[in-house]
Amino acid sequence: MTELICIVCPRGCHLQVDPENGCRVRGNQCPRGETYGRDELINPTRMITSTVRIKGAMYPRCPVKTSAPIPKHLISEAMKALDGITLNAPVKCGQVVVENVCGTGVSFITTRDMQQL
Amino acid sequence: MHDLIVIGGGPAGLAAALSAWENGIRDIVIVERDKELGGILNQCIHNGFGLHYFKEELTGPEYASRFIDMLNDTSVKVKLDTMVLELTPDKELHIVSSASGYEILKAKAVILAMGCRERTRGAIGIPGTRPSGIFTAGAAQRYVNMEGYLVGKKVVILGSGDIGLIMARRLTLEGAEVLACVEIMPYPGGLTRNIVQCLQDFNIPLYLSHTITKIHGSPRVEGVTIAKVDGQRKPVPGTEQYLECDTVLLSVGLIPENELSRKAGIEIDRRTGGPVVYENLETSVEGIFACGNVVHVHDLVDYVTNESLKAGKSAAEYILNFNDPTGNSVSPEHSDISDIRLVNGVGVSYTVPQLIRIPKNLMVNSSLSISDPDIELSDQLQDVEVFFRVNRKFGRSRIGVSLAGNELARFRRERLAPGEMEKIRLPKSLLMKCLQLGLSEIEIYAVDEMTGQASADNANETKITAVSQDSARRIQIIRQDR
Repeated sequence: MTELICIVCPRGCHLQVDPENGCRVRGNQCPRGETYGRDELINPTRMITSTVRIKGAMYPRCPVKTSAPIPKHLISEAMKALDGITLNAPVKCGQVVVENVCGTGVSFITTRDMQQL
Repeated sequence: MHDLIVIGGGPAGLAAALSAWENGIRDIVIVERDKELGGILNQCIHNGFGLHYFKEELTGPEYASRFIDMLNDTSVKVKLDTMVLELTPDKELHIVSSASGYEILKAKAVILAMGCRERTRGAIGIPGTRPSGIFTAGAAQRYVNMEGYLVGKKVVILGSGDIGLIMARRLTLEGAEVLACVEIMPYPGGLTRNIVQCLQDFNIPLYLSHTITKIHGSPRVEGVTIAKVDGQRKPVPGTEQYLECDTVLLSVGLIPENELSRKAGIEIDRRTGGPVVYENLETSVEGIFACGNVVHVHDLVDYVTNESLKAGKSAAEYILNFNDPTGNSVSPEHSDISDIRLVNGVGVSYTVPQLIRIPKNLMVNSSLSISDPDIELSDQLQDVEVFFRVNRKFGRSRIGVSLAGNELARFRRERLAPGEMEKIRLPKSLLMKCLQLGLSEIEIYAVDEMTGQASADNANETKITAVSQDSARRIQIIRQDR
């Protein structure tokens, strides 16, 4: 039995996941916890949020996120994909910054509008 | 004269203004000191916001833009880059900006939504030199996420508040080494999920019951001495270790920013650092309401939004009543009101609201023994949501609500922790009971069902290290035999 703390929402349910028993999850207070508990044992994933450079906006950085969670072991490689990026204002929220991050099919997208100054 | 002025354009101010708009108020001004709306959300680029309110997971900027977009569809006026210097009890605002200079605005109602400031090194008094490289976690967050500066390469974080935990991960992702997160209390300050995904995921150790006893270096931080603390939070001699680092982040709590409130004569609760509020979020000064982190520190912006929507609605009701020329008062005069005070009992550190208003005519009726108060009073009395924090860790426990020592309601919890805000709903039948008994106090307390009462707090001698294993990851508790 593996004990986990669910990180899907701030409630932080204490999960017991049974790897012998088809990864059955206990202790979850919602269905998301069941999915999380199973995935965390089989293929743990995380959303990544970070920033990229931007020119011509109110601030020199624009926040971005992965459009979906990516495998946890790819976090540092995915971060490297952002290193050389510089956007030019204006940008709209949801704009794709890097496509197909580390071959995952997931993109980095902007998470806010930034006007041109 | 404006109908409503909202001080602060962060999540609280945005939701309050929108709610007042939706409740029929048209002449609304938001006064914000930053260059844009959104407040602290703009620098909180991580995700996890909005799960309760929007039922989806958003980043801070996305959460803010949802509200900013909604606000743009209204004619709410926004004054950016504008500082409020003073608020008077008769709701006059003295404001200043480079664009318009000094102005005085007046309003029928005011909503305080100024949020919090971070506690600084000065507030906690760490000995040592005064080098550069010491930041509050939120200031570092703004530097990294908005201004584009990495604040340091080798970082020690004092305190385990959420912002500190989030910054531990953020700085690691940006290439800095976070050596440790050091927490003086025997339990973490932030949410459990942040311990997991910000510390454990990156193998950052969390030292509980430890503190920084000295900061070394000049002109830049060169290291810190950390030591274990005893049950009285005093450093234990002989437990010191030196950590070489160039940066110290402080995540040691937030203080509601109430200089304006104090000057306006608003009663402040010493436990929360925020205004004492009624169940409708009105402060002790009539027509001045408050919501969000200026009232008490919330864990989740979603809770701030809900509280602020309520404050906006209450302010709207107040203004509509104010505007009613017939004097057809919806809300009764103060002399016709009886206050019930919520008292924090054992295990509970504060409650919000602190006061509940009950019209006195209900009290008169109540002495005439109403057989079914739920039906008779359904529209005059409502259930009241009460938010509070416990002051230590609890296992399986109950939250008790008592009138004159008699427990009349109980709420079960699997666990309670000071880092997690709790909520209960006081049923109106209980308020009615309070009236019938002629009582003016309701006590709320927490009881550990495992130990009989107090805490699971023998963790003073415990060091918790975040250990990441291949598949199984859990907080491992290492008992140190001394």
